[in-house]
Amino acid sequence: MKYSILSLARNALSRHERWPQAWRTPAPRPRYDVVIVGGGGHGLATAYYLARRHGIRDVAVLEKGWLGGGNTGRNTTIVRSNYLLEANAHFYELSMKLWEGLSQELNFNVMYSPRGVLNLAHTPAQRDAHQRRGNAMRLNGIDAKWLERDAVERMVPLLNCSDDARFPVIGGLLQPRGGTVRHDAVAWGYARAADSLGVDVIQNCEVMGFQREGGRITGVETSLGRIGAGRIGIAVAGHSGVLAAKAGFALPVETHLLQAMVSEPIKPLIDTVVTYGAGHLYISQSDKGELVLGGDLDFYPSYAQRGNLAVLREAASFAIEMFPCLSRLRLMRHWAGAVDMSMDGSPIIGKTEIPGLYLNGGWCYGGFKATPASGYVFAHTIANDSPHPLCAAFTLERFAQGALLDEKGAGPFPQHH
Amino acid sequence: MLFRCPHCGDRDHTEFSYLREFDPDAADDTQFRHVYLRRNEIGAHREIWQHVYGCRTVFVLERDTVTHAVHG
Amino acid sequence: MASQPWRLASGGAIDRTRTLRFTFDGRELQGHPGDTLASALLANGVRLVARSFKYHRPRGIFGCGPEEPNALVRLRRAGRAEPNTRSTMIELFEGLEAESQNRHPSLEFDFAAVGQWLAPLTPPGFYYKTFMWPRGGWPFYGHWLRRLGGMGTAGRLPDPDRYDQRYAHCDVLVVGSGPAGLAAAQAALGAGASVMLVDERDALGGHLLHAQARIDGAPASKWIAASEARLAAHPKVRILRRATAFGCYDHGHVALLERVADHLPAPRPNQPRQRLWNVRARRIVVAAGAIERPIVFNDNDRPGIMLASAARAYVNRYAVAPGRNPIVYTNNDSAYAAALDLARVGIRVRALLDSRAAVAPRLSAAMQQAGIELRTGCVVSGVRGARAVEDVLLDGGKSLDCDALFVSGGWNPSVHLLCHLGARPRYDEAIHSVKPATLPPGFHVAGGAAGSLSLARALDEGWRAGREAAAACGCTDESGTAPRTEAEEPCGAEPLWDIPRAARDGKAFVDLQNDVTYRDIELAHRENFRSVEHLKRLTALGMGTDQGKTSNVNGLAIMARLRGEAIDAVGTTAFRPPYTPVAFGALAGRERGEHLIPVRRTPLHAWHLAHGALMTSAGHWMRPRAYLRPGESFDGAWQRETRAVRGAVGICDVSTLGKIDVQGPDALELLERVYCNGLRSLQVGRARYGLMLREDGMVLDDGTTSRIGEQHYFITTTTANAARVLQHLEYYAQMVWPELRVHVASVSDQWGQIAAAGPRSRDLLARVVSRGQVDEAALPFLGVVDAAIGPVPVRIFRISYSGELAYEIAVPSRNTETVWSALLGAGLEVTPYGLEALGTLRIEKGHVAGGELDGRTTPADLGLGRMVSRTKRFVGARMLGRVALADPQRRALVGLEPLDGKSLIRAGAQLVEPGERTPPVAMLGHVSSATYSPTLGRPIALGLLAGAASRMGRTLVAAAPLLNEAVEVKVVSPAFYDPEGLRMKPT
Repeated sequence: MKYSILSLARNALSRHERWPQAWRTPAPRPRYDVVIVGGGGHGLATAYYLARRHGIRDVAVLEKGWLGGGNTGRNTTIVRSNYLLEANAHFYELSMKLWEGLSQELNFNVMYSPRGVLNLAHTPAQRDAHQRRGNAMRLNGIDAKWLERDAVERMVPLLNCSDDARFPVIGGLLQPRGGTVRHDAVAWGYARAADSLGVDVIQNCEVMGFQREGGRITGVETSLGRIGAGRIGIAVAGHSGVLAAKAGFALPVETHLLQAMVSEPIKPLIDTVVTYGAGHLYISQSDKGELVLGGDLDFYPSYAQRGNLAVLREAASFAIEMFPCLSRLRLMRHWAGAVDMSMDGSPIIGKTEIPGLYLNGGWCYGGFKATPASGYVFAHTIANDSPHPLCAAFTLERFAQGALLDEKGAGPFPQHH
Repeated sequence: MLFRCPHCGDRDHTEFSYLREFDPDAADDTQFRHVYLRRNEIGAHREIWQHVYGCRTVFVLERDTVTHAVHG
Repeated sequence: MASQPWRLASGGAIDRTRTLRFTFDGRELQGHPGDTLASALLANGVRLVARSFKYHRPRGIFGCGPEEPNALVRLRRAGRAEPNTRSTMIELFEGLEAESQNRHPSLEFDFAAVGQWLAPLTPPGFYYKTFMWPRGGWPFYGHWLRRLGGMGTAGRLPDPDRYDQRYAHCDVLVVGSGPAGLAAAQAALGAGASVMLVDERDALGGHLLHAQARIDGAPASKWIAASEARLAAHPKVRILRRATAFGCYDHGHVALLERVADHLPAPRPNQPRQRLWNVRARRIVVAAGAIERPIVFNDNDRPGIMLASAARAYVNRYAVAPGRNPIVYTNNDSAYAAALDLARVGIRVRALLDSRAAVAPRLSAAMQQAGIELRTGCVVSGVRGARAVEDVLLDGGKSLDCDALFVSGGWNPSVHLLCHLGARPRYDEAIHSVKPATLPPGFHVAGGAAGSLSLARALDEGWRAGREAAAACGCTDESGTAPRTEAEEPCGAEPLWDIPRAARDGKAFVDLQNDVTYRDIELAHRENFRSVEHLKRLTALGMGTDQGKTSNVNGLAIMARLRGEAIDAVGTTAFRPPYTPVAFGALAGRERGEHLIPVRRTPLHAWHLAHGALMTSAGHWMRPRAYLRPGESFDGAWQRETRAVRGAVGICDVSTLGKIDVQGPDALELLERVYCNGLRSLQVGRARYGLMLREDGMVLDDGTTSRIGEQHYFITTTTANAARVLQHLEYYAQMVWPELRVHVASVSDQWGQIAAAGPRSRDLLARVVSRGQVDEAALPFLGVVDAAIGPVPVRIFRISYSGELAYEIAVPSRNTETVWSALLGAGLEVTPYGLEALGTLRIEKGHVAGGELDGRTTPADLGLGRMVSRTKRFVGARMLGRVALADPQRRALVGLEPLDGKSLIRAGAQLVEPGERTPPVAMLGHVSSATYSPTLGRPIALGLLAGAASRMGRTLVAAAPLLNEAVEVKVVSPAFYDPEGLRMKPT
């Protein structure tokens, strides 16, 4: 059933008792042409584009828990393509272009809201670095604006732009098309669209191991039994290392927790996405009214997916320093996502050392905004057994070759990216 | 978390800084494998920490990456 | 008393001798000390207090504690305004001002309530199905939807109050001071343990405050008072009231929020508003009680419908009649006590409706004795009345008039704190709710939180938990005896998840705050959002400020019924901290403003401020950019300073440089292994420029290494990398090569450092040195000597960043200003210079700094490839050999000059071929540092450029489209000034 205001009205007349399932609950078949491990946004998008763009519809998506239950459901919903390095810029810009039309493509409103992403600068050195990035964005054909302090103040009136601030704002780099997307809707929209193209989306199905014959991948052992596969794509960022270990290799990735939190819902207060320049914090406001705060990493490896008070307290300090009026607002919920921190801060998409096995991971804390492009290029890579031009730089081999995509220059210390 | 610094005893984890995963096979510490690859264990994990806001001792800790339980 | 028509004539724990005035939506009302805002509103007969989130339906007070989903208000004004405050947790104070929320223009007439009529078009998740036309139209729709959502309005002014943080340790932390908690605290103390007892209320007692019970043969209030006195008198006990344990973290860390002054009109002078406690407990007893569960039926959100336990609390503790003709509706035994308490104070209970077919004879006898009509096997399908409940509709069509309806669907243990560390609770058939299955290490649970719903069991379990917790801390004394009460029947309950067919057409609310109805859950199920997490995310069930305290269990039970599965198979959603919302101010504590991250100041900070310095942040440091003379512009100042250094002598505060002492027999060996350049030939009394690489072969930092003694080296780092370099050395010295006999210590704060640069710098030093020599023979280029300036011992390095004859003088920190002043007073024209001149001088020389050392450059990229030893092993050597790092197209350091000789080049501009305009434009490199050179009389810049060697002399464009600038530049050598380096070594 196509979703629209008309179908809503029609269903209102039948008291909403005739809505079909958004997706089926199929039992796994013995074999698929392609099995995607991981039913988050990336895995579901991959399955969707395999079916839609490459005509490969004999596809299963295996999800250990519930759809979108990993980082798809834990992120702070920001989308942007404000990258310095060309490989990253062009890839994330593809994602932005896909975001812009995704609600229509999926017939599911993912609520792409281009409310602007503003990176504050507090020192001359930071201004130079931001401008270097902004200039690169513009030359790459990506929207970017430099705002001097008075323009920042006009755009975000509640921001503390005074000279008395601990780190006074001197300007900001704005990507006007950056903004937010409703995170759950992305998983649900791709799941529904993929399902309607014949993809089997299988929840509560954990992959326990991989099967190989003559070196080539042939299937997976799962909690629901063996499932054969011609090709297998892994898209389980946060747990990529766990899956890779089951396949017998190690990755240039370390799993860390990224902290996030929301305030109680309030009437509209901040209508853009603002990132602090003197500490790791960004703030936006959800459509429900909660302020969404993205905090820092814990800085030690963990899969615990729970909050860390010390990081939270620091985030609260930064938030109040940015917006002094937030002091009396209340934190309502805080949590953490386990993220794949790669050794250069950029993702890994491509083939592995095992023929027929493909990897999509290493998203650091930038995975959500990449979802459509990630699925798009990963589907291409799996379908053609060769990388899409926009992910050709994201290979596993780049580390051994030294062709790194180190956006921040932090080196092989994943917690510092 | 509470960590036991070999020099200072039990201290809150915020006094410490995680440096990297411990590599038992670091026969040649300049190897690609040592520099770039990680075991990234889910469960018991040996790792190198430093008591940065204290005595600055660098030491190896075994910690569970799911429960955060610390062993020695 | 006329002003409080619903106040009972006697009873309650309120102080009737004093009257407090307060306002609600501007209306002046009165209450008493001991009231909450909710009880005072009820006493004044205020039933309508809020509008709901989605449908803007009229709402009243539903609970009496932290579970309250409806009665949220905006409290206080101006900088102290706080939206979404639960009126049930606010103690009344004189002058309290509260406003209702989420209504326009008023609570009585809310235009947005038309949303109710649009409800057929707005099932859960309707926005996923529409607002997709036209493409890009969502921001328009979203703008209006956002204004409808969002509940309260935040204040826009800074908060005038302060927040504190404290740390505490104890053997046993007891959370909750109800019967289980009080018993646990006394048992633990009796066993010899140190105890912290915390409760979110202003008084100890928990549910006992709301009930009529007897303990140890006396009224419970006596036992509470005696217990409190006993505990409070003991030095090993700390009792915190108005303190909510909101989160459990690793290894016994529990976070508490103490509301120090929220019950006052404003904090007293020097009093914080709230205090965040970080408690590290060896054992934790969770005695957090249980929260009553509502029952789902049609229009169960109408004002006048309330939890039975809340009704009981309003009668017993606050002496307020929550109704005059109420009906009680239940599926379990606990509501009978509420009905009896109502009857006892003279409220005529219209009827007690019990969904169960039969109840225990003692209950029916009690009802008969109290004159309350008992109807068993009776299910409520809905109510009539829009702004207040008027009739209860029974399944089967009959109705009963009433003015209030008190419901009890059983009890949900408060398991939140036990689940913060990841445990999932299990469904228990005895209480038809979820309770703890396994406990995290170090935790105990007792009473209601454990699913034990009788007083006798709470006391018993509390005592046992206290003893066990103490024993786990090695405290095994046996003093004291467990409190006793008369045995009670278990609180029988039957599941009551389904709603009557007749009710299915209307709105039967599961989550009152987020307006989630039974039909919404059905729809979620129909559309296959059957995982509880999908249910929650689609409908917003349990996502409100109450985090589903009254709604989650009903919601998941209904989903389990629809799925035809056991509740355990459906599972629960995660319980995430905080238990109740916590002000960001309390989390931040004092770490805001100048205490956010401590400002680092050099020993000369005060001098800089007193002499016209324009200061800037450099990391956490404050440094002078330039010293402005009266009437002088910034540009004028730093250009004057630059010229002074080139022409005479200037001094600069470089105390922020990292300084590390390396000592020991193997000091040289350590440095040999971490620097890419050789140091073996470095003699005592000599310094050398060096590069340290990261493991991946990229430059970590540059600096100088000086040999002070046979086994004593002193190295400097850049300001930005001081901490990283220290950690790098410590890691290698302690972990990788522990066999090396070497110690590494930061001495950054112990030494101030002053650069003296310019052709007359030697003259300057010669005038001030009181011990030691600075002539060419005693202190040649790259020499180091110990000397003294006046009475101050100093160490002088002959090193040059500016390219002039120059020195750096290391001074014990506290004497830095003495030496600085001595230099200024030496009788020469000495010019202090700041960061801007410092940067210009080094760009003129083509020296690299932060813009070039960006973590992506190798020594060769920076033109320093010749420094890399080919003969030794060092950190980063192996990775430096990777194929892509030898690519001739890698970006390397170049100099840039404007073709027209005058256009400023921007740092951050990208280097592109002339004529390239339409994106994507290939970027060949970028400008890493730029300035105007007063020495050369034209702008200059450094850049990193692909294929630098082959592009030397070529014209490129430095494009800064962000600023609408594009400057044609010529690629030149980065050594703009004195490329032979003659000025550093004048003969």
